[in-house]
Amino acid sequence: MSFDLLLEAVLFGILLGCFYAAVSMGLSVSFGLLDVPHVAHPAIMVLGAYCTWVLGRWGIDPILAGVILTAPFFLLGMAVYRFYYEAFEKRGSEAGVRGIAFFFGVALIIEVGLILGFGVDQRMVEAAYIGKSLSFGDIRLPMRTLAVFGVALAMSAVLTLYMSKTFTGRAIKAVAQDEPALRLMGANPVRIKQWAFGIATAAAALGGAMLIVIGPVDPGMDRVYIGRTFAVVVLAGLGSMTGTIAAGLVLGISESIVLIHPDLGASWAPAVSFTLLLVVLGVRPQGLFGR
Amino acid sequence: MRFWIGMAITFAAACGIVAFVNFDYLFFAGYTILMFVMLATAWNILGGYAGYVNFGTPAFFGLGAYTAAVLYKAFALPLPLQILAAAAMSGLLGLVAGVLTMRLRGIFFAIATIALVVIMETLFINWRYAGGATGLQLLRPALTPPFESYIKMLFLLMAGMVLASIALARYIERSWLGRGLRALRDSEEAAECSGVPTLRLKLFACTVSGALMGACGAPMPMYLSFIEPASTFNLNYAIGALASPMIGGTAHWLGPVIGALILSTLQQIVTVTISSEMNVLVIGVLLVVFIVAAPDGILGLYKKIMAAIRK
Amino acid sequence: MSRLLKIQNLSKSFGGFTALNDVSLEIAEGERFGLIGPNGSGKTTLINCVAGSLRNETGQIFFQDREVTRLPAYRRTRLGIARSFQIPRPFTSMSVLENLMVPLEYVIHYNDRKSTAHAMEILERIGLADKADSPSNRLSQVELRKLELARAMAARPRLLISDEAMAGLSGSEVDEVLKILFDLNASGITIIMIEHIMQAVMRFSQRVVCLDAGKIICEAAPAEIVKHPEVQRAYLGV
Repeated sequence: MSFDLLLEAVLFGILLGCFYAAVSMGLSVSFGLLDVPHVAHPAIMVLGAYCTWVLGRWGIDPILAGVILTAPFFLLGMAVYRFYYEAFEKRGSEAGVRGIAFFFGVALIIEVGLILGFGVDQRMVEAAYIGKSLSFGDIRLPMRTLAVFGVALAMSAVLTLYMSKTFTGRAIKAVAQDEPALRLMGANPVRIKQWAFGIATAAAALGGAMLIVIGPVDPGMDRVYIGRTFAVVVLAGLGSMTGTIAAGLVLGISESIVLIHPDLGASWAPAVSFTLLLVVLGVRPQGLFGR
Repeated sequence: MRFWIGMAITFAAACGIVAFVNFDYLFFAGYTILMFVMLATAWNILGGYAGYVNFGTPAFFGLGAYTAAVLYKAFALPLPLQILAAAAMSGLLGLVAGVLTMRLRGIFFAIATIALVVIMETLFINWRYAGGATGLQLLRPALTPPFESYIKMLFLLMAGMVLASIALARYIERSWLGRGLRALRDSEEAAECSGVPTLRLKLFACTVSGALMGACGAPMPMYLSFIEPASTFNLNYAIGALASPMIGGTAHWLGPVIGALILSTLQQIVTVTISSEMNVLVIGVLLVVFIVAAPDGILGLYKKIMAAIRK
Repeated sequence: MSRLLKIQNLSKSFGGFTALNDVSLEIAEGERFGLIGPNGSGKTTLINCVAGSLRNETGQIFFQDREVTRLPAYRRTRLGIARSFQIPRPFTSMSVLENLMVPLEYVIHYNDRKSTAHAMEILERIGLADKADSPSNRLSQVELRKLELARAMAARPRLLISDEAMAGLSGSEVDEVLKILFDLNASGITIIMIEHIMQAVMRFSQRVVCLDAGKIICEAAPAEIVKHPEVQRAYLGV
C-alpha cells in the first residue's frame, strides 16, 4: 500500500469521520444523555434524507433543505419523546426493555414506509458542489465530502456550544446527571428531556441532508448506520459531545483504511463499525470520555 | 398429560397431511410457518423468559444453515447429522456471544446482537469455500422412502423439531430454571441476592436459544437447494422471531406459537395479495401497537378478558 | 462469641467520588448491630459490597473466617449472607409465595412440593400467609417490606442485613417489623440493621456504628452514640 494511497485514505477518513460524528450527535443526546434506547435514530435520519430529496425536486439546495427541515423534525422529536415517556418511561424500568422493541418497530415502519413511498431504488440529489473534486497535489477529494465536512463541523460546534453555554443546554446535561436535583430546582425534567429529544431529532434531519449529499440513499440504509452511530456514541462515552468528534474520526479513518486495503475492501467495510462497537463494549465500555 | 396428548395428535395430524395431501404450496408455506414458530419459541427463551430482548436470530439461524451446507458439501453428511452439528455450532456461538455480552445493559446487549449478525454475514460473504457473496448451489440427496417428495419430508422434519422445541421451552418455563429466569428478568440484583446464579442462567438461555435457532436453520439449504449470505442473515428473521412472542405473549410457551402462527399466516396472505413490503409494515405496526397497548400480548389480553368475565 | 463477619480496609469509589474510605469492622455471631449515618454516607454501598452486588476496590471481606471478597453475590447468599433492599424489589411477575420459592429452590435446593410448604411456613411466621397467592406488585408498603425480609429469611441466612426496612412505616408497623427482627435474632441469626428511625435502632441494637462520608466516625453502645458530638455534627451538619 503506497503512502499516497494511505494518506488519501486517512484524509478521506477524516472527512468521513466528521460526517459520522455529526450524524451521531443527535444520538449522543437522545441515547447518551437521555438514556432513550433510540435504535430508530438512523431511520429518522434516512427519513430526513428523503425529505431533502423531495425538497430538492422543488429546486431547494440539499443543505439548505436540511436546515429548513430542522424545524418540523424538532417538533416531531418532541412528539415522539412525549409518546415514549407516557407509554414507557413513566411505567418504570421493566418497560425499558420493551422500549427497545418499540423503537425497533418505529424504525421498521419508517423503513417500509419509505419503500412504499419511494421504492427500493436509490435516490440522489444534485447541487453545485456534487460531482466535482478538489485536487491537492496528487490527492483528489470530492467536493461534496468537503461540503458535508464543513456542515458537520459547523453543526458540531453549534451543538457543543449550545450544550455547554446556554441555560437549556446545561439543563439537559443536568437532567442526565441528577434528575431529582433538577426537580428540586423547579425545572420540569420531562419538558427538558422533550426539548432535548427535539434537538436530537432536528440534528438527525440535518444529518439526513448530509447523508444524501455524500451519496445516494436507499430505505434500508438505516441498518448499517445503527452500527455506525452507536459505535461512535459508545466509543465517545455516553453524553460526551467532544468525544463524539474524536470517536467519529476513529471510525471514519478505520473504515477508510479497510476500504482501500487490498486484502479487505468494500465487502468488509460494513463490519468495521460493528466490530469497533463490540471491541469498545468489551474492553472499555465507558468509552473515551465517558461519565 | 393433556399437553403430551396434544403433541401426539399434532404430530399425527402432520403425518396425515403428508400422507394424503398433495398440494405442494401447502408444504412450502407450511414449512415457512413452522420455521417461524420454532424461531419464535427459541427467541422467547432468552428474550421473553430472561427478558433479554435481542436481534441476534439471523446470526444463529444463518450459522446453522451454513454449518449444514458446508458439512454437506465437504462430507455429504446426512440431514439429521447436519442438524445436530448446526445446533452445536449455534449453541457454541450463543455461549461465546453470551460470555462476551451478558454484562452489558439491555440496549447495549441488543445492539451487540445486531453487530453479531452483521459480522457473521461479513464473514460468510468473504468465505470462498462457502460460496462467498454469490452463494452455494447444492444438490439434494436421493429421497428415502416412504416420502414421495423432498418438501414433504422437510415439512415433517420441521414439524417434529417444532414440537420438540415447544416441549423444551415448556419444560424450562415450568421448572426451577424458568423461575430463576423470571426472577432475573424481574430484578437481576434481587435474584442474585436470592441465590440465583444469574450469569450461568443467562448463558444457559443464550446457548439453548442459539442451538434451537441453529437447528432450525440447518434444513434451509436443502429446502432452497441454495444458500447465500444476504438472505440467510437477513434481519427479517430477527423481526419475525421478536415480533411473534411480543404479540403473542412472552410469559408462556403458547405465546410465541400463537404470535408466529398469526404473523406468518398474515405474511402469506399479505405478500400474495399486496406486497412483501406491506407485510413488514403490518408487522411493524402490530408490534408497536401491542408493545404499547397490550404488553402481555394476546395471551395477556385473553387472561384479562377471562378474569373480567368471571367477575 | 465468635467473629462472623470481618471487613478490612474496604474502599469503594464511583469515578471520582469516594463512597467508602478504608472501612474496617467486625461483627460477632448472634449480634444485633446497628449502622447509622446521614444520607449519602455510604451505608448502602457498604451493604452492597458485603452482599456482593458491588465490587470493592481495596480491602477484604471475611465471612466465617473465609474470604468472600471475590465471590459473586449468589455464592455469598448460599454461604449465609442475606439482605433486604432499601427500595423493595419483589419479583413482580410472581405471587408472594413464588417470590419465596426462588431462594428456597436456589439456596436450600428444595423441590417443588417442599418449597411450597416451607414458604407457607415463613409467610405465616411473618404475617403474610393470607397474601400468599396475591401478585407481589399489589402489596402495601409494610407488606412489601415484610416480603423483602421473608425472601431474605427463606435463604436460611446466618447473617441478615436489613436495609432501611422501616422507612416510611407507621409506629405500629415499625413495631411489627422490629418484632420480626427480634424473633429472627433469637433463633440465632446475626442481624445488621441500617435505619434512620433512631428509636428502632436504639431498641434493637447492642452495638452501633456511625458512618459519615464513607468513614466510620464512631462506634459505641446505642445510648452513647446519640450523645457523641461527631455523630450529632454529621446529622445536623453543625
